[in-house]
Amino acid sequence: MTDFLLLAFVFLVAGVVAVPIASRLGLGSVLGYLIAGIVISPLLATLGVDVISIQHFAEFGVVMMLFLVGLELEPRMLWNMRAKLLGLGGLQVGGTTVFVMGVAMILGQPWTISLAIGLVLALSSTAIVLQTLNEKGLMRSNGGQSSFSVLLFQDIAVIPMLAFVPLLAMPELMDLAADGGHGAGAHVADGHGGSHASDHGQGDHGASISLVDGLPGWQAALITIGAIGAVILGGVYLTRPLFRFIAMAGLRELFVAAALMFVIGIALLMTLVGLSPALGTFLAGVVLANSEYRHELESDIDPFRGLLLGLFFITVGAAIDFELLLGNLASILGMTFGLIALKSLVLLALAWMFKLQGADKWLFGLGLAQAGEFGFVLLSFTVANDVIPQNLADQLLLIVALSMLLTPGLFILYEKVIAPRFVKTQERDADQIDEVGEVIIAGHGRFGGIVNRMLRATGYSTTVVDYNAGHLDMLRSFGFKAFFGDATRPDLIHAAGIEKAKLLIVAIDGKEQINALVLYVRENYPHVPVIARAVDRQHVYDLFAMGCVEIIRETFDSSVRTGRSALERLGMHPFDAELAARKFAEDDRHILKEMALVHDPKIPVSQNTAYIEKSKTLMKEREEQIFGKRDVFDLSTDRGWHPPTEEDLEAILADHEAKAP
Amino acid sequence: MAKIIVYYAHPGQTFSRANRAMAKRASNIEGITFVDLYAEYPRHDIDVGKEQTRLLEHDVIVFQFPLYWYSTPSLLKEWQDLVLQHGFAYGHGGDKLAGKTLLLAITAGGSDEAYTRDGYQQHTMRTFLTPLEQTAGLCQMRFPPPYVLFGALKADEGVELTHHIDGYVELLTRIRDDKFKLKDATAEELTCASDILSLSEE
Repeated sequence: MTDFLLLAFVFLVAGVVAVPIASRLGLGSVLGYLIAGIVISPLLATLGVDVISIQHFAEFGVVMMLFLVGLELEPRMLWNMRAKLLGLGGLQVGGTTVFVMGVAMILGQPWTISLAIGLVLALSSTAIVLQTLNEKGLMRSNGGQSSFSVLLFQDIAVIPMLAFVPLLAMPELMDLAADGGHGAGAHVADGHGGSHASDHGQGDHGASISLVDGLPGWQAALITIGAIGAVILGGVYLTRPLFRFIAMAGLRELFVAAALMFVIGIALLMTLVGLSPALGTFLAGVVLANSEYRHELESDIDPFRGLLLGLFFITVGAAIDFELLLGNLASILGMTFGLIALKSLVLLALAWMFKLQGADKWLFGLGLAQAGEFGFVLLSFTVANDVIPQNLADQLLLIVALSMLLTPGLFILYEKVIAPRFVKTQERDADQIDEVGEVIIAGHGRFGGIVNRMLRATGYSTTVVDYNAGHLDMLRSFGFKAFFGDATRPDLIHAAGIEKAKLLIVAIDGKEQINALVLYVRENYPHVPVIARAVDRQHVYDLFAMGCVEIIRETFDSSVRTGRSALERLGMHPFDAELAARKFAEDDRHILKEMALVHDPKIPVSQNTAYIEKSKTLMKEREEQIFGKRDVFDLSTDRGWHPPTEEDLEAILADHEAKAP
Repeated sequence: MAKIIVYYAHPGQTFSRANRAMAKRASNIEGITFVDLYAEYPRHDIDVGKEQTRLLEHDVIVFQFPLYWYSTPSLLKEWQDLVLQHGFAYGHGGDKLAGKTLLLAITAGGSDEAYTRDGYQQHTMRTFLTPLEQTAGLCQMRFPPPYVLFGALKADEGVELTHHIDGYVELLTRIRDDKFKLKDATAEELTCASDILSLSEE
């Protein structure tokens, strides 16, 4: 227990200290984590921690990240990307593999090892690149989209690679390995026995339970296809009732648990049939991209993804073997830079082929120039399958880690040096149609529902967030889109796109919840105007102090209308009733504003002397209203309709006659 | 039988002397449609389709209003702006009102002397009514001499107001019964109570 707590504490301290500093320095969170890992590596070594096994656990962050990426991608968008996906991705992997293999053969490696090295180094780091692109808001740029296509292709390509690598096995290495007692055929989860090579997450065939091993090819294929079908069909038909059932319980943590269960379940299923869990969850994400639970899933999974990826980067930093590095400093650094240069050249050539322009070309060329976490996976797999000898793998591991470590530097180079040069010349493509609504409506009950209908009817796109499964059903039956979740949660309101919203309408119930949401948004997104619903007068003052642009008392307008109807029924002329209603509302708003100005949320009303004085004065002025003195509004409502008196007319006449010649 | 619709527009009825009394009597005449515009559209949300249907169903359209700043009260102006659409009242295919009659029933605060070239209003009443006259013209409607009460604010003193109200009822009843010749008005022509009341004495 103490060991675990100590370990968790060390990792957390490292991350919490290093990342804000790195971000402040403009280095990005990834480099922050990597540095944190390097800093704590001696401590971890002292504690005897198996960094690599933690890394394999942390790789699950990549799975979650791809699930989140899938959630952002509707199937239609994915289909639209198919040319880029296959063309760019296929050529990148193929081209890089061939060139790296060539270099390795020139350096004297046999072709089998060279090919394996080529495959390992062709892959880029999905974790670093996607994280960085998202952080810097480059995901939607042309370069970002192209990078994403390549990364997605690589993630898919890992699967056939894992199938192919064992075929490269070298007989002499196999002899050596036979003593170690583990190899390609071992089907038991053998823990951490000896080498850490054969027991980890990403698409690992060798060391875990499998549904397909040992089956004839056609059966295995059938099961694999069946699993994918299950993910898609389950995603389409089962998730809605399932999530709805869980939502009924009204427990937030239960939804988080369900979301985790969902992701882990799919990852498990994919692993069982020998597919990449990252690919499986990505697919599930795509299926759920249109679901109304998307935002809630996003905000539930996102913290786990963040923590796991952070842990993953720390372990990459911590895993750097400085002894080995310092021993071969020149050659390893040389090979690392050589690799980055080579990958960049391939990417730039592809960028040229696919007509990426200006800054996008360089973003694409530099962003993907590192080797990636799948490289680690493949490396351990190649060692386990006796394709690459351990000592060579250790050096390659360093190259992969170093190239990842250098990636944030390349992004900084792009951001500070390259992008500014293209700001003016870059041609602007048509804006991406944003899935996020222009207006976020928090709460879709009796109040927000009407606002939503009105805005929709006038052609504005809205994003509705509501925590009531019944409301969602109703919305769906009308063909609306709405998202499930508690709008007072910062992460959900963030997922709903508050950053880019033109307006937030707070229509949820409950004073406390309204205040919490408004306060959060006013503090963190001061550029988003907020229209809020107030439950009573006092609440108006609170919201006014928080800086809402409009504050609507939820029952005020309907009450005034009721009063107006009463006046009409009592025989008042409808237009006079309208004028009285207008005057009343205007006067009431005047009082409200006067009071709001002297109200201070930090001082209780009973101690706020300015407030008490003001309220006394206003009350006195309006005593007549309260005690039903007749026609208090006459003077103001009929101003303008009062005919001139006879004296007025005579004065006009006299004036005219005086001027007459 | 002519079908008459009276559009009555007065935003301050509480203080009205002449118009309210006129409206009360006119609304009781059998067989004519009476519309209190400010009661029907207190929030100026005029139902254009409904108003156009009403116009099609009537032969004589009466605007009854107090003269405000030499024009109609704002709601009646809004009514004209919205209801007399292109293609309905004028312009291409806009002949739906052709042959109908637009009659004005106006009360004015100033005396009849005030509405002369030498009076303090500096123009005749008909000069101020030119926009309405031309509106009728463009809509191919007849524009008979407007029925006008001058000095409406003083009218409570004398028999003049009673005369005007009686004359108004008489005028509307006669038009309804086709007993009044609706002709286009000449340049400065106006109708006053005595003109109408003298008809019944004949």
